[in-house]
Amino acid sequence: MSRVTSSGVVNVSQIENTNKPLIGQVPDNRGHFGVYGGKFVAETLMVPLQELQDAYDQYLTDPDFIAELDADLQHYVGRPSPLYLAEGWTRHLGGAQIYLKREDLNHTGAHKVNNTIGQALLAKRLGKTRIIAETGAGQHGVATATVAARLGLKCVIYMGAVDIARQAINVYRMKLLGAEVVSVESGSKTLKDALNEAMRDWVTNIDDTFYIIGTVAGPHPYPAMVRDFQAIIGREARQQIQQQAGRLPDALIACVGGGSNAIGLFYPFLDDEDVVVYGVEAAGDGLESGRHAAPLCAGRPGVLHGNRTYLMEDDDGQIIETHSVSAGLDYPGVGPEHAWLKDIGRVEYVAIDDEEALQAFHDLTRIEGIIPALESSHALAYATKLAPTMDKDQIIIVNLSGRGDKDIHTVAALEGIEV
Amino acid sequence: MSRIRNCFDKLKSGNRKALIPYVTAGDPDPTVTVPLMHAMVNAGADIIELGVPFSDPMADGPVIQRAAERALEHHVSLRDVLAMVTEFRQQDSHTPVVLMGYLNPVEVMGYTVFAEAAAQAGVDGVLTVDLPPEEAETLLAALQSQQLDPIFLLAPTSDDERIKLICEVASGYVYYVAVKGVTGAGNLDVQAVADKLEQIRKHTDLPVGVGFGIKDAKSAAAVAVVADAVVVGSALVQKVEQAAGQHDRINAEISGLLAKMRSGMDAK
Repeated sequence: MSRVTSSGVVNVSQIENTNKPLIGQVPDNRGHFGVYGGKFVAETLMVPLQELQDAYDQYLTDPDFIAELDADLQHYVGRPSPLYLAEGWTRHLGGAQIYLKREDLNHTGAHKVNNTIGQALLAKRLGKTRIIAETGAGQHGVATATVAARLGLKCVIYMGAVDIARQAINVYRMKLLGAEVVSVESGSKTLKDALNEAMRDWVTNIDDTFYIIGTVAGPHPYPAMVRDFQAIIGREARQQIQQQAGRLPDALIACVGGGSNAIGLFYPFLDDEDVVVYGVEAAGDGLESGRHAAPLCAGRPGVLHGNRTYLMEDDDGQIIETHSVSAGLDYPGVGPEHAWLKDIGRVEYVAIDDEEALQAFHDLTRIEGIIPALESSHALAYATKLAPTMDKDQIIIVNLSGRGDKDIHTVAALEGIEV
Repeated sequence: MSRIRNCFDKLKSGNRKALIPYVTAGDPDPTVTVPLMHAMVNAGADIIELGVPFSDPMADGPVIQRAAERALEHHVSLRDVLAMVTEFRQQDSHTPVVLMGYLNPVEVMGYTVFAEAAAQAGVDGVLTVDLPPEEAETLLAALQSQQLDPIFLLAPTSDDERIKLICEVASGYVYYVAVKGVTGAGNLDVQAVADKLEQIRKHTDLPVGVGFGIKDAKSAAAVAVVADAVVVGSALVQKVEQAAGQHDRINAEISGLLAKMRSGMDAK
C-alpha cells in the first residue's frame, strides 16, 4: 500500500495487482500517481482546478472536440510525424537499429504544440480570453503564442531572465506572434521561477485566464491532461513501428525535464512488457558535481508546484538551483507519473551530462543531417551508449522531441564562435 | 484551552478584534525577528504570524518573495524559525504564534518530528499555504496530536461545499483571503468581504480573520467592523525592506503602523 507515513517519509509505492494494466491505472480521481501528484495549491485555485477537470472530463469524450483536435493536429501541426530509421547513425554506432520519432518536424519545431493545441481548444470552450504560460527553452512559449495567435487570444509568457538571455531567438518568435514575454527576475531566474510567476498571474486573473502548463507537472489535472494530449506521440510510434518493422521496439528513449515528451512516447507502450523504457535526465556537469537537473537520479520526494514528486532540494527543503546546457531540462522537479514509474520499476531513469549531449548534437547533425534540440540530444546521447550493447536486429525508438535551430547560438558560444 | 482560542475569547469579551501581523522570520537577518515580535506585541498585536522562508513562495507577491530571499541568504531554516519561537516564549507566554509557510520544508523535516518540535517551541497554529484539506490528512493528525491548531485559508472562489470542508478540519481561526491574487495585491472591497463572511459564518463558529490587501489604519478599521481578526503582512514587510537593516528603525516603523491600525480598529 502506498502512502505517506506520519513522519512524512514517502514509502515506495508498489503495484498492488501486477496483472492490472498500467495504462489507465493512474492517476486516481484526486490526481494521485501512487504517493505522487495531487493538488498542492493555495485555496483560491482549488475551485478553478476543479472546473478545469470537469471541462476536461467532459470534452475528452466529446466527439466534436476530438474531431476538432484531430483535424488541427493533422492540418495545422502536420501529424502524424514520421518515424525515421536513421541508417547512417545506426551504422555509425554498430548495434541496434535506431528509429527517430520526428517531433522536430511538427509546426513550431517541437512536441510542445500537441499539448498547446489541446489546451487552447479547452480554453476557447471555457470562454477564456487570455492565455498564460511558463517556458524554459522557449519551445512551449512559442507553441502557446502560436495557438493564441491563431485563436485570437491575448497571450502572456513568463520566462526566467537567464533563459531569455540564452534563448533569444525563441523570445523574438514569441514577440512576433503577438505575445507579451515577461522576464522573471526572482529566484534562480529559470523555468521553476517562471512557473511560480505564471501561477501568481493565474491566481490573480482566474476569471478570464487559462493557464497552459507545458509539461506533465503542476496540480491535478495538468499531469494527466498534458500526458493525454502528448500520448499521440506514442500511439503513432507504436503503429508506425509495427508497419515499418513488423514488430514492437526493444527499447524507448526520451529526455526528461518535466517529462512531457517522454510520457507522450512511453504511455501507450507501458503494458508492452518486453519494451524496455529509458528516461534521460540532464546530468549537467555530472551527477557527482551537484550541478545537474536530475531529480529522479539524484533527488528525493517533496512538494513543489502543486504536486508531490522527486525534487532537487537541500536538507531544509529549499529547492536548489539546477544546471543543464539545455534550458528545457533545467528544472528541479519532474512529472509525478515519472516518479511513480521510477518507483514501480517500469521505467529506468538515467542521466547524460552536457558534454555527452553536445557530442550527440554534433553527431546527429553531421551523420543524419538533422540538427536536434539540446534537450533531445540527451536522449540521443543515451542511444549512443545503449545501441552498441544491443544486437543489430534489435530496435530502439528515440524521441527526437525538438529541432535545434534555437540552440545554435548556445552551441556556437560554447565553441567560442560568434554567430 | 489553546492560546489562540483563549485570545479570541478574551477579545470577544472586551468587544475588540484581533490584530494579526505577519513578518517573515529571519528578514532581513535572523537577529531582527525575536525583538521585532516583542515590539509588535507592545504595539497592539494579538497573534503573530511568522513566515517560514521558502525558495518558491508561489502564493506570495514580490514584497514577501523578497523577504524570503533575504532570509534565505542567511540560510534561515524551519528549525531556525522554531528556535526563534522558543526564544520569544522565554519572555512572552501568552501571545499566540502561528507559523505560515509552504509544505516542503515541513515534509522534509517529517510531519511528526515537526509537530513535536513546534509544540515544544511554543507554536500554537500552523498555516501551510499550499496544503488544502484534501491532502492534509496526515499532517492534520500530527498537528492535532500536539494540540496545534491547523489554520486554513478560504478564498473568494471557495464555494459552500469547500467552506464546509475547510471549517470542519480547521481550528483556532480561519483566514479569509480578501482578494483573488497573491499577498500584497489589489484593493479590497469591504462590502464583498462582508458578504463572503456572512456565507462563511453559516458554516462555522470559528473566528474569521481577513487578510490580503490591508495596508493602513483605514483599511484595518474597515475590515475590523466585519471580521474577527485583521491580518496585515506585505505592508509591514515593506517597512522592513525600506528600513534596510537598521534594526531600531524596523521596530519603530512597524510598531508605528501597528499602533495606528490598533487605534483605528478600536475606535469604531
